[in-house]
Amino acid sequence: MDLITPEIGLFFWQTVVFLILMFLMAKFAWKPILNSVRNREQSINDALASAENARKEMQNLKSDNEQLMKEARAERDAILKEARELKEKVITDASEEAKVKADKIVADAKRSIELEKQSAMAELKNQVAELSVEIAEKIVRKELSDKKEQHQMIEKMIGDAKLN
Amino acid sequence: MHGNLEPIILSRTGTMTARKSLVISLYFAIAFTISPMFSFAQAHEQEEKSLQEAEEEFNATDMIMHHIGDAHGWHFFGEGDSSVTLPLPVILYTDGELVTFMSSEFHHDTEGQHIVEKDGMRFVNLHEDIYKLDAGAETIEFDEEHHPLNASKPWDLSITKNVAAMFLTVILMILFFSVGLARHHKKNEHAPRGFNNVLETLVLFVRDEIALPQIGEKKYMKFMPFLLTVFFFIWITNLMGLLPGAANVTGNIAVTVSLGLFTMLIMIFNGNKDFYKHTFWMPGIPTWVKPILAIVEGLGLLIKPAALMIRLFANITAGHIIILSLIGLIFILENAGIAGVSVPFALFITVLELLVAFLQAFIFTILSALFIGMAVEEHEHH
Repeated sequence: MDLITPEIGLFFWQTVVFLILMFLMAKFAWKPILNSVRNREQSINDALASAENARKEMQNLKSDNEQLMKEARAERDAILKEARELKEKVITDASEEAKVKADKIVADAKRSIELEKQSAMAELKNQVAELSVEIAEKIVRKELSDKKEQHQMIEKMIGDAKLN
Repeated sequence: MHGNLEPIILSRTGTMTARKSLVISLYFAIAFTISPMFSFAQAHEQEEKSLQEAEEEFNATDMIMHHIGDAHGWHFFGEGDSSVTLPLPVILYTDGELVTFMSSEFHHDTEGQHIVEKDGMRFVNLHEDIYKLDAGAETIEFDEEHHPLNASKPWDLSITKNVAAMFLTVILMILFFSVGLARHHKKNEHAPRGFNNVLETLVLFVRDEIALPQIGEKKYMKFMPFLLTVFFFIWITNLMGLLPGAANVTGNIAVTVSLGLFTMLIMIFNGNKDFYKHTFWMPGIPTWVKPILAIVEGLGLLIKPAALMIRLFANITAGHIIILSLIGLIFILENAGIAGVSVPFALFITVLELLVAFLQAFIFTILSALFIGMAVEEHEHH
């Protein structure tokens, strides 16, 4: 048997055996193995992708939460600020109103006092006038009995009137 | 000689510590010092024998050729009639008739002496070639160059040692992959454990390191059965060939011719228009160069698979020849002391052959994938 001369018999067997082996292996080994490996790789990839998605979602959720928190905080701050402003305003308004009212009361009081005073004055004047008239009447009644005295009095009254 | 050997050993095992290399140097020094003593002792006992005379008694070439060649029986050990041989069926096709008998009917004769009569025809085994004696001939006659004069070769489709070894590989592959790994995958899609995991890693190695980079994602699936089968067939057969008494299947040219033809046919039948255009009418070069390049590229279609075929055959055969030569050295020099050197060397080469077994399977497969990839590649049109 020569080293570098191919034997027909061996060549024949090699070809037949290899062909049969290739088809058997393709059908019963390589196909199921490769398919299963590919499925597994697919499922691993899917799992990885879904894990990544979940991670992203978590992050989104977290950032959403943070956003929400931020908004809530901002709202709270705004509400507080508003409340504070309102309080200030209420206080200011109240004090102003109170002041106005007080002023008004004071003004009213002053006016009524003034009025009272005036009416009192007027009454006083009337009273004084009546009193003076009465007095004068009495005096006059009494004094008119004496002529000298009458003159004196008239003089005096004229003098007084001039002073006024 | 000792001085020459050391650098080789050191270079092979780069990481070896100084202490280890010293031990090995000492070993060789002792081996070479002692071995001449054996020679001298023998020289005193008998007349000095020339190397040629020794070679005549023990013919290393015959021994090596016997070991790397194919045979009609699977010989394990022993000589002549006392040898232990697994008889294999001899299948011959001659004159429109199929003749079959067991190889044991030759009674271990390979010199054409023992004649087997079957269906009125006479057959002899001459150096593992079966000859059919011409009608009426009683014994085989030779011319001066030891060619038979009165016999012809019938078609020999025997289950030879190599074919039997090939069947063994087939059985192993079916056991490993069909019965083992594929059955696991049919049951569940989880990663397998143990040996099946090793096998799956190897399958994925062929897919990810050989098929995908060379052929590309779109078309690789079509060629996976061929690539996987050829890879594991060559590797397992290579490894089995390293066992003592095993057949040298992948180191046989008929086997590698067949494997190379598979690659060539797959390449030729799957070649697309672009591939043939680039092979036989290369665009983008002056017209007068095109026919020249067509011849070169056309020859390349044959040379590529032929190179695959020769590489595998030569590598495996060479490895076997080296190991057998190293062992044969003991018998040529008739010196047991030389075993101290040649056995470690043969062991070292055997370990190297373990690597070569994988490497050659890998190279054959990756080059096949490369050639197929070239044939199916989609060219971008500029």
